[in-house]
Amino acid sequence: MAQQTDRTGDDIVFEARDLRIGAVREDGSELPIVKGVNFKVRRGEVVALIGESGSGKTTISLSALGYCKPGLSFTGGEAILLGENLTNKTTDELRPSRGINVAYLAQSAAATFNPSIRINEQVTESPVLHGTKTQAEADEKALALYHALELPNPETIGQRYPHQVSGGQLQRLMAAMALCGDPDLLVLDEPTTALDVTTQIEVLKAFKKVIKEEGAAAIYVTHDLSVVAQIADHIVVLYSGEVEEAGPTDVIINHPQHPYTKRLMAAIKPLPEAGQGEVSSDEHLRDDAALAAVGINAGYGGIGPNGEANIPVLRDINVAIERGKTVGIIGESGCGKSTLARVFAGLLPQTGGDILLHGDTLPRAVTDRSREQLQKVQFVYQMADTALNPRQRIRDIIGRPLEFYMGLRGKAKRARVEGLLEMVELPVQFADRYPHELSGGQKQRINLARALAAEPEIVLCDEVTSALDTIVGANVIDLLTRLRRETGVSFVFISHDLSTVSSFADEIVVLYAGRVAEQGSTDSVLSPPYHPYTKLLISSVPETRIGWLEEATETSEARSGISGTVQLTEKGCPFFERCPLAIAGTCDEIAPPRRRDNAGHIIECHRELSELG
Amino acid sequence: MSSTFDTPVGAHPDRLGGDHYVAPFDDNVSFDELPDAPPKARFRLTTTGKIGAFFVIFWLFVAVFGPLIAPYGENDLPFPDAYSEFQVPQPGAWLGTDVQDRDILSRIIYGAGRTIGISVAATVIAYFIGVVLGIGAAVSSPKVDMVMSRINDAFLSLPTIMLGLVVVAAVGSSIPVLILTAGFIYASIVFRLARAIGMEIMVMDFVEAAKARGEGRWWIITREIWPNAAMPLITDFGLRLIYVILFVSSLSFLGLGVQPPQADWGSMVRDNLGALQYGASIVPVIAPALAIATLTVGINLVVDDVSAQSGGKLSNRL
Repeated sequence: MAQQTDRTGDDIVFEARDLRIGAVREDGSELPIVKGVNFKVRRGEVVALIGESGSGKTTISLSALGYCKPGLSFTGGEAILLGENLTNKTTDELRPSRGINVAYLAQSAAATFNPSIRINEQVTESPVLHGTKTQAEADEKALALYHALELPNPETIGQRYPHQVSGGQLQRLMAAMALCGDPDLLVLDEPTTALDVTTQIEVLKAFKKVIKEEGAAAIYVTHDLSVVAQIADHIVVLYSGEVEEAGPTDVIINHPQHPYTKRLMAAIKPLPEAGQGEVSSDEHLRDDAALAAVGINAGYGGIGPNGEANIPVLRDINVAIERGKTVGIIGESGCGKSTLARVFAGLLPQTGGDILLHGDTLPRAVTDRSREQLQKVQFVYQMADTALNPRQRIRDIIGRPLEFYMGLRGKAKRARVEGLLEMVELPVQFADRYPHELSGGQKQRINLARALAAEPEIVLCDEVTSALDTIVGANVIDLLTRLRRETGVSFVFISHDLSTVSSFADEIVVLYAGRVAEQGSTDSVLSPPYHPYTKLLISSVPETRIGWLEEATETSEARSGISGTVQLTEKGCPFFERCPLAIAGTCDEIAPPRRRDNAGHIIECHRELSELG
Repeated sequence: MSSTFDTPVGAHPDRLGGDHYVAPFDDNVSFDELPDAPPKARFRLTTTGKIGAFFVIFWLFVAVFGPLIAPYGENDLPFPDAYSEFQVPQPGAWLGTDVQDRDILSRIIYGAGRTIGISVAATVIAYFIGVVLGIGAAVSSPKVDMVMSRINDAFLSLPTIMLGLVVVAAVGSSIPVLILTAGFIYASIVFRLARAIGMEIMVMDFVEAAKARGEGRWWIITREIWPNAAMPLITDFGLRLIYVILFVSSLSFLGLGVQPPQADWGSMVRDNLGALQYGASIVPVIAPALAIATLTVGINLVVDDVSAQSGGKLSNRL
């Protein structure tokens, strides 16, 4: 049994040997999900499983815990952890090894931590529960990990509750939780996918350091090749439950052989640079902008005595969206991007300023807007999973706006639904399906088709590609580009991903803590002078290059700015705390002036434009 | 590292350690987007669920066809010529006789229809009132919701049995009064559940999308919320039915429920308590009590399986 070393004497922690996992269909037949996968994880080594959703990467990684998702079961092969096969063990037999030999890090730290128990108690729970450490030993280990993970105030952070630390910190604390029991194998499932680029750097850096120091082996599941290039020693490329290519990171990244690996590499977005965006045509332009925001103030928490929101978010936002053009809105989470979109849609009435549709003022609240006004501004949500009613067929989801706005019924409606499905490149048979029968990318297309069904003039896209895999997201962007060209629809494209925005938008608005940091044509925003925040965002976009992470964390922007969180401030420049160019006494006291050059490029900063290289 | 790059294409995947493996490929194959989720597991009752389902089906059958299968009438005496109170089970009276010489088996069979019928009717009323008002509160403005919820809280603060006793004592006991009382009392619990489920769905993006489209409240309730709220509410219906059965049985046991000479499980337990005193036979008390127990536990076991299937907690299955 104790076959911990193979013939070459390597120290193998985990091995998948012809691993097969399947599901049982409604009719009793078997549906293979994982079709004979082989790979090994040696001590001190990070092996990345990469593939689209549906490729079986998470299913395979969970086999290292001897676990199958509900409805799935091991149908063949072996998953060998420390010389023992796990595929035929019961939960009771597996329990002692979980948390001790193998630890699992889920995608969402917020969902992993219990909000009502202090962090340290949760971090140390597993080894104390399994009896491998006393509480004092576990506390000591946790403290060492807090230091190693470069968490702020390591001595006291364990006494806080999960909501009292930032998302990036919580993600690192989850790593501390996993490592506290000194596991031999760590399974990380997309641990940075939900994070902002700036946070992602800090978390990746901490993970990489701590895995090396602890000498643990790790399985790293992701769809993002640029992340893999930074952290993995070996890469296993998966498609549809099969290994397509596997090898050392250097070989896979720099010399991919298999057409699927090549395609993954090709789908990586180019780095944001001036002059790369596709120039949209001017044929749809008119005198007045399709949609414009003039001096918008908005926020949450009810309206205070001064007529402003109690928790103000947006301050003095001015944007004009010309017909047939795209405005990209970018910033980290908490910057007010979605808030702005909700103001445009009337879902959050602004407290000051006006929204103009073709130069006419729109009522603030959605309930006061006429059906014609509603029809012209359509909203596309980030999560297609929650944006589509799970109990309605695609036919009804897309058909409703046709019926509601245009009064289409019967045959005319059916024909239009099919036309729309073709427009978003889906087969017409999908009309009779329910949302859960579609993949993530397909659902996002339906989401888009529903907005387009209203024949709008402006489509507000809120992070529409953020939840999608690289390839699927790239396909959706291609679709949007085509639709913009063919229909003359204007887009407001909200994203935290600068590379996506810069390849698609004509104009970019960089928001920070509800204020415009920088605004202008895509080329002018992506070339000097930069707002310090824009510079931080640009330098944080991960490159698919080994060694990038180390270089990126050495830049001055990164050192001062990465570990901060977005905070709304009453006075001064909200970016003060994170800014490498901050002027103490000025930036933290006085709101920055709005500087503009003659090309309509705006930067809000106390520094002169000539100082912002 | 690049030396491992010379590994022949299609090498055995086992040689990954330091080696480069490339699966055999066909240049013409396109890589379509993959379906996301594996198919859901088929719904299967567990062993305990099957036991529960057996009892539920058994009692439903008895409730519906009771008068056809009962050996005697509700108030008939199996041994009319003898002084035959609390007889032990014997041929002619398979579960013995009760305090007034009547056949216990026949009374349980008749009582099944009455106990289950009253409880189901009361639960349906509770659900109708609770769901309409609860979802109504969920989609209403915060102020309206506040008023409705506080009034409901006031009702919830009253102990159910006490409230039932007061109402029945004031109006007098009859089956319609029993059904309405139980229905109203349990409506406030259903209200809270329906409101919570409604609130959860209200914040989903597809509801906001409907609002942004300009849809009216009626559309949002009937097309967006109700289809999604139905499943969890139906699951709870079974559980709520158990509480109503116990409530109705308790009232009957206290003498304020189903009135003699009509048979009902709760009142049968009370009527026959004397049997324990005389030490004659425990069957007259145990039999109706067991009937209540098997039915409620049976429903519970089935509901457990159904709710585990419709997204029970992962930790329960790990």
